Amino acid sequence: MSLKINSSVPTDSEDILGILNNSPDTLKRIYKVHFPMILQMVLNNNGNEEDAKDIYQESIIILYNKVKAGDFELTSKLKTYIYSVCRRIWLKKLNQRSKKDVELKEIHDYLPVENDLEMHEMRDLQFSKMEESMLMLGEPCRTIIQDFYMQNKSMQEICDKFGYTNPENAKTQKYKCLQRLKKLFFQL
Amino acid sequence: MNEPQLLDLIERYLGHELSGQEQIEFERMRKSDAVINNRIKEHQQFLKYMADWNERLEFENTLNAIHEEIDVDAVKEKLGLRQGRVVTLWRNHHSKISVAASVAIFAVMLTLFFTGYFNNQNQQSKYSALRRDLETVKRSQNALIRDITGKSARKKNLNPGDFGGTGFAINTNGDIITNFHVINGADSVYVQNSNGDSYKAVAVYTNADYDLAVLHITDTSFKRLSAVPYAFKKSKADLGEDVFTLGYPKDSVVIGKGYLSSFTGYDNDSLAYQVSIPVNPGNSGGPLLDSYGNVIGIIKGKQTQVDGAAFATKSSYLMKAIQEMPADSTGKKIVLNSKNSMSKLTRSQQIKKLQNYVFMVKVYN
Repeated sequence: MSLKINSSVPTDSEDILGILNNSPDTLKRIYKVHFPMILQMVLNNNGNEEDAKDIYQESIIILYNKVKAGDFELTSKLKTYIYSVCRRIWLKKLNQRSKKDVELKEIHDYLPVENDLEMHEMRDLQFSKMEESMLMLGEPCRTIIQDFYMQNKSMQEICDKFGYTNPENAKTQKYKCLQRLKKLFFQL
Repeated sequence: MNEPQLLDLIERYLGHELSGQEQIEFERMRKSDAVINNRIKEHQQFLKYMADWNERLEFENTLNAIHEEIDVDAVKEKLGLRQGRVVTLWRNHHSKISVAASVAIFAVMLTLFFTGYFNNQNQQSKYSALRRDLETVKRSQNALIRDITGKSARKKNLNPGDFGGTGFAINTNGDIITNFHVINGADSVYVQNSNGDSYKAVAVYTNADYDLAVLHITDTSFKRLSAVPYAFKKSKADLGEDVFTLGYPKDSVVIGKGYLSSFTGYDNDSLAYQVSIPVNPGNSGGPLLDSYGNVIGIIKGKQTQVDGAAFATKSSYLMKAIQEMPADSTGKKIVLNSKNSMSKLTRSQQIKKLQNYVFMVKVYN
């Protein structure tokens, strides 16, 4: 009798399927598997733990967006892709900090990922605009907008929560809030 | 239809909340009215912005939650990246630290320079005992002596010895005092008088604390000396007093003249005087005499790189050491001469007398 040893390490294509299905387990596994590599890269290149965390999370977001957009072709390993993105971001940050060209001590091979980063930066710009607009919107507008558009709460619930006399009033208030948010967003 | 109503309608339309009839009507309106159509698209876009943003926030929260589960220190350890705070600090700030260190060193040097520390350093330079290393110098000198003095001298100087110093008689029967460091580690010791006669001697007493040693001439050819002309001064000598010494920094006796410059020796050593006098290796163990011919000390060393800082063990300690000598080491107790017979003599007369009592100490080891 021979024991068949099943490899418990999933392949990259399984991971990609997991990403597409929004599997929390896949996210957790991918995150934990590749973090040490990035930590090592950052620590070896004048960074600290916090830097490693920030750029690593950014690279995971970029990976997810790319996979979900159907752009990710499995011509490279996930690992290589994550490393390439992280080193690119870190290089950029180092250059900003020191205002001169920096060279990294590479610990892995890498691909050109400039296009992906550009797309990501554009999206990020939009997010930061939204973030700022929401902050400037103030209360109670922010909560009303979040409750209605993001938490999908009904007008009746919002009416009760904020003590409006009837849902119609709440709706009018929500309308005013949304108009202000739009104005803020497009001004920025 | 006012704006809020229109927005409500658009939202319900986008949310597929309109009834069948309303839906048909609204779609017809959308087709016929480009403004309304644009408003719908615009709103749809904005809803997407908001949804994307919300999604991103939630995703970031998830990532943070996962990150919390990672034991970063354990990961570092595994990677061999575990490093002390100091190392991290160094990595991140080494350029700044280097600059700070250079500035600090520079500031310290500057301060030391202006406070005269470097000048003091010279004054605190090393002490050197004045035993002479004969090995190197004597070969050429011996050749000269042979030429000049012929056979008899050659016989006496067969072996020049390894080290040389000076010693002087403390009584008439061949007891000679010198420095302990002169004879330290000796296999055999010879003393040679100013006529060039060599006698074998043995150390009968040593005192490392006072750096003193008493030698006794054991050679049968040694004839008793006539009465020792100098006395040993019990009291303290005076500062500025004229002093002189006899010694063997070379093969013939050399006189050095100077004055007593301090009551303490090297590094405030209270056993010794500081004397401003020219002395060289070989002078160790020589008597230091005042102008009346009293022995006030015994030359033992000097400070290198400093002019006129020689040191002599005080005669009071010399007497104390001799008194402490066990009686059996020489058979009987040594009695020091207390009568000075040179006080009326001129310096050159004093020296002529003294020469017979000052010996070159040759050490073989």
